Amino acid sequence: MSSKLRVLVPVKRVVDHAIRPRVNKQLTNVETKNLKFSINPFDDIAVEESVKLRESHPDLVESIHAVSVGPVKAQDVLRTALAKGCDSSTLVEHESTELEPLVISKVLKKLVQEKSVNLVVLGKQAIDDDSNNTGQMLAGLLNWPQATNACKVELLDGGASVRVTKEVDGGEEIIVAKLPMIITTDLRLNTPRYATLPNLMKAKKKPLEKLKLKKDFEGISLDPQLKLLKVEEPPVKSAGIKVSSVDELVSKLKEAKLV
Amino acid sequence: MIRTSVRASSRVSSRLLVGKSVTVPVTQGIANLFVSGVANNKKLSSFHSGTRFYSDKPQPKLTVENYPNVKRLDSFKKLGKQDLDYFQTVLSQQEILEANENEDLAFYNEDWMRKYRGQSKLVLRPKTTEQVSKILKYCNDQNLAVVPQGGNTGLVGGSVPVFDEIVLSLTQLNKIREFDDVSGILKCDAGVILEAADMYLAERGYIFPMDLGAKGSCHVGGIVATNAGGLRLLRYGSLHGTVLGLEVVLPNGEIVNSMNALRKDNTGYDLKQLFIGSEGTIGVVTGVSILCPTRPNAFNVSFLGVESYEAVQKVFVQAKKELGEILSAFEFMDLKSQNLTKVHLADMDHPLSDDHPFYILIETSGSKKDHDDAKLEAFLENAMEEGLVLDGVVAQDETELKNLWQWREMIPESSQAGGGVYKYDVSLPLKDLYSLVDAANAKLEESGLSSIEDESKPVISAVGYGHVGDGNLHLNVAVRRYTKEVEKCLEPFVYEFVSSKNGSISAEHGLGFQKKNYIGYSKSDQEIKMIKQLKNLYDPNSILNPYKYV
Repeated sequence: MSSKLRVLVPVKRVVDHAIRPRVNKQLTNVETKNLKFSINPFDDIAVEESVKLRESHPDLVESIHAVSVGPVKAQDVLRTALAKGCDSSTLVEHESTELEPLVISKVLKKLVQEKSVNLVVLGKQAIDDDSNNTGQMLAGLLNWPQATNACKVELLDGGASVRVTKEVDGGEEIIVAKLPMIITTDLRLNTPRYATLPNLMKAKKKPLEKLKLKKDFEGISLDPQLKLLKVEEPPVKSAGIKVSSVDELVSKLKEAKLV
Repeated sequence: MIRTSVRASSRVSSRLLVGKSVTVPVTQGIANLFVSGVANNKKLSSFHSGTRFYSDKPQPKLTVENYPNVKRLDSFKKLGKQDLDYFQTVLSQQEILEANENEDLAFYNEDWMRKYRGQSKLVLRPKTTEQVSKILKYCNDQNLAVVPQGGNTGLVGGSVPVFDEIVLSLTQLNKIREFDDVSGILKCDAGVILEAADMYLAERGYIFPMDLGAKGSCHVGGIVATNAGGLRLLRYGSLHGTVLGLEVVLPNGEIVNSMNALRKDNTGYDLKQLFIGSEGTIGVVTGVSILCPTRPNAFNVSFLGVESYEAVQKVFVQAKKELGEILSAFEFMDLKSQNLTKVHLADMDHPLSDDHPFYILIETSGSKKDHDDAKLEAFLENAMEEGLVLDGVVAQDETELKNLWQWREMIPESSQAGGGVYKYDVSLPLKDLYSLVDAANAKLEESGLSSIEDESKPVISAVGYGHVGDGNLHLNVAVRRYTKEVEKCLEPFVYEFVSSKNGSISAEHGLGFQKKNYIGYSKSDQEIKMIKQLKNLYDPNSILNPYKYV
């Protein structure tokens, strides 16, 4: 009755989240020179969830395809995704400028259509620009149902529809939708696995298709819709003081007009 | 749920060499900003073992109560009013701490493991080398016993008083003196905290050539005086090579200064070596000049499972050959150590899904990530294809890298979690390294003291892990409770075993108080005689760190 799942997992290459970001001298971006880059942690969760879906429903998932839009080095995060269980991948190469979520969504839309994907699982946001837009924009462009901030994903009716538990303010919201659909992943969904050596070796043999953003996606305008004014460090918290008695504490608080 | 969001102050700061880490992550706020919304984190709970609190445990017994055979030497004078008067002429009020009803100076009298407790009534915290000199001269003239103390993170009771020795704390002698960013030579006071020195160097693109779990508390002077080993030894060698010069105050107050030493200086005896590892018995280190390498900016960690200790050695040989200059750590662990750690880190999945008799952690560090990645990849593929390695994982990001280290670093804490632990830190020829663990387990089982399930047996298991690169084994005997039978079963058995294989009974922890009677297992009579002669020559009144190993 239902066609099998063909999953697309977009992954972004970002500055490793364990590294302390510093603003560059021109105040136009964070400094990225010589820093370690890794897969966006939310996308890592999306990869894990896709692989887990197949592990629990081997008959229902036909393919898991990873895609990254970025510099040649974004191949590394695709290799990681392949080692963790994706079947194939596409690199949409684009050096230089930062791309806005709308551009990415348009690229993904094209790939979704070309590869007849019926489920897109992606991180709710990337930890570098924190936009939290791509999943929603893609859903809008495709006019598909979307479930954002997923913390639990269950296949129903032999894979025809999906029940997603979402993180919302003050609790959870459960929605059910028919495929095709978009799911964006939140932290509680799963804990990504390690890439094992045998799988890393196998990943090298898995397909990695290379496209060029400008050449292969001609119709998409790369012009930014937003203008970045300045990037600044958050203000430094000033040091506290020590008081020797409750009385002194109270008088200091009064001085500061806090009580 | 995502892995830990909190970043420790540096990649390595959470490492545990032995015992507990006292490192406190300092930049949590920033990291949390970056991963917006990353909150509750199960893997984090096991990340740090916390700071030391003196109020939450009953006081340990006095060392003299546990060891009634150790007697105070009558030749030492008892502290009097006139002595305090003198110290007040040398030091300010803030630099003198006296015991009173409210203050028992526990911080200075007790060791980090809370195994030993002295009864000192006076702590002196000088800020200059001249003050140290005056204090020592006076104590030497007056026959007052002195214990030099750094960060007090030692594991053999070497830095705490046994009786009423005056504690000479170097805590306030803590200035960086100078750094040459061409040669990489750092000159600093003895009381500079290791992590502070490393952070200072990090800002300038350099790295301190050693690292250990207690880096947030231990002093540069202390690690020199105890010749501490640690996690970077494989790469950068021991302090006997990296320390270029020292400033040391002798018991008579004379100052020996070789701070301006050069990398090459072949003019007579290399006197500074005498003080490296002397554990404060012939002089007090007040300044250190040390050669620091440039800081690597690319790190990789891989965690492997192998089928035997022979395979561990084979992988080590391959790693040295194929990874060469980027190999910066090669640690091994046995299955028993991982089983204990699995219980302790219950919230974390072990990196490898199947059990393997032995595990290996390999770290590479270098200056070019692509180059290191390619080398490591080729090495691991060869090792897999040859069947040396059964399974393995490679960290794909910084968090995975830290989590993989956890499976090595948390072993000491996991060994202790069942009740207690007997720790042995030995050097053995590589081929015999693991045989000690087998022998200890066999002996404990033979004596009917050991069982993993049976709660009535005192011993849970003897586990082995350590720095293969340095021939250094940590034998931890995890126990449910400390008993005399277990101690008798293990000692002197362990020391005799090590001695029979021509090993050392203390690879990096030193001798201090704990192992003072066992020096004979590692040093010949002639060597011990020379150590005593040197001690008598420079400290004829034996005022420095008495009741310890010399």
